[in-house]
Amino acid sequence: MWFSPAALHIPDGFLTPLIAAIGWVLAIAMIVIAIRQTNRQLGERQIPMMGILAAFIFAAQAINFPVAAGTSGHLIGAALAAIVMGPWAATLIMTAVVAVQALLFQDGGLLVMGWNIMNMGVLAAFSGFFTYRLVRRYAGASRGATLAAASAAGWISVMVAAVATALELAVSGTSPLVLATAAMAGVHAFIGIGEGLITMAAVGLLLATRPDVVQGGAVAPGQRSASYVLVGLGIALLVALFSPLASSSPDGLEFVAEQQGFLGLALSSPYEVLPDYSIPFVSNPALTTILAVAIGALIVFGGAVLIGWLATRREAARA
Amino acid sequence: MHFDLTDQYRARPSAIHRLDPRVKVVVAVLFILACSLVPVGAWAGFAGLLVLVVLASAGSRLGPAFALRRSYVALPFALVAVPLLFTVPGDVIFTVPGLGWTASAQGLERFLSVLLRSWIAIQAAILLTAVTPFPDLLWALGALRLPRTLVATIGFMYRYLFVLTDEAARMLRARAARASHPPGSRRPGVVWQARVAGNMVGSLFLRALERSERVHAAMLARGYNGQLPSLTAHHLHLADWIATALAVLLLAGLLAVVYRR
Repeated sequence: MWFSPAALHIPDGFLTPLIAAIGWVLAIAMIVIAIRQTNRQLGERQIPMMGILAAFIFAAQAINFPVAAGTSGHLIGAALAAIVMGPWAATLIMTAVVAVQALLFQDGGLLVMGWNIMNMGVLAAFSGFFTYRLVRRYAGASRGATLAAASAAGWISVMVAAVATALELAVSGTSPLVLATAAMAGVHAFIGIGEGLITMAAVGLLLATRPDVVQGGAVAPGQRSASYVLVGLGIALLVALFSPLASSSPDGLEFVAEQQGFLGLALSSPYEVLPDYSIPFVSNPALTTILAVAIGALIVFGGAVLIGWLATRREAARA
Repeated sequence: MHFDLTDQYRARPSAIHRLDPRVKVVVAVLFILACSLVPVGAWAGFAGLLVLVVLASAGSRLGPAFALRRSYVALPFALVAVPLLFTVPGDVIFTVPGLGWTASAQGLERFLSVLLRSWIAIQAAILLTAVTPFPDLLWALGALRLPRTLVATIGFMYRYLFVLTDEAARMLRARAARASHPPGSRRPGVVWQARVAGNMVGSLFLRALERSERVHAAMLARGYNGQLPSLTAHHLHLADWIATALAVLLLAGLLAVVYRR
């Protein structure tokens, strides 16, 4: 199990065929764009470079460290890949990683691989990349700001992937929406800290030894096209995922709401971002959870900007 | 030292091994699709699929239980479906003492169906990897119109997977040798350990990046022009067509029976 850092590899049978097909359509579209974008930057270096870096991400997921209570911190790697290589190259790298994990080790299903690619590849890479970019834009490009940006990118990328996974499971009727989102968000808020710390230290080492890699940065940036994609993807996801939720609540939702004791237990994890993961004035409990995660992400983002800004000022004062 | 990353291919002199890799990929995917299509509570359908996968396992001379033995891989993920027991309304079968949650028969049915679907589907995936050499599997994916660049990238990744995981294993061993903590001593903090792990990841990245540059230069020296030529060529024989037709008929027949009920 050493190559399975987080409960994000959906196995076959957990998503309905229709949902799985939607995932494949989205994933293939993104992969085709990613291939074109990286090819423009790398030319015939593309295949050996992407292939070896995908093997690197796979190997890096094995590097762990013990955290409390028998669990261990690992890397998923999408944020790190996106920071150093740009979001398109990271999409391609993570796609290869997910594919090998599914084809060779049955870690994640074949029919549902489209969504696994979307969650751990596209969504994690793009959210990590934009977090990193935005924090550095507001906080400056000093060493401290870069490190703060990298750790926020790591945490947010894991959260985005986890919430997306929970939504897909809920829409397929495999896991009740409220519990899935709350549990996934709760557990991964914790796992994401490990991701953030490792990403930060890795970027720190690169800054010290090969600053050209981080500063020159993105191998295949394509930033403007990337932001269009992010917006389009966000809208598509919201429409696709919320149309079944908005029309009629899946069975079980009301039941959970009745059994508040059960809900309370799932939500009382010690590492939550907001108490109860719920905001009083929003009535749908699932939307509340997602909103709470979004606010948590904003807090992390704001904190990273603040820390980065302070670090930039201090480094400037020292210089 | 090697991680247990041995190739999952098991060579056997069987008719299933000799099938065209495209046929094996298509049949495995159709089988997994059939697993997902069996409705909740159709136990006969699940039993039929299980029989089919055990027969295929036996037919490929791996022993009937080969796929069964490795099929626990997906089981931890079943945790996410456990709440179905308590959230699907229906006839109460038991109540968790002390908490007052009630489990319903309908919830149990849904939970078991999800579990069976993934458990049977993963056996097909295990079998596919066991009877098809990985390069052939990739060739089939390319021949089935997956983006060629992606397939070539995955092929490259596979080639260097073992090199880089060995590299990571050496780093982990070096860390274990240098950073032991004797009994009674204070354990270093989590943040410090995360920094060490992150630095290892960073230097592994640099080694991988530099290796990719060397590999690329070596490829250029040997006339690489952006295309990876393949020496593999597979042709569809009569046996391949028969196997495909048989698999499609069996799966369609099984689903028809299940839905007729």
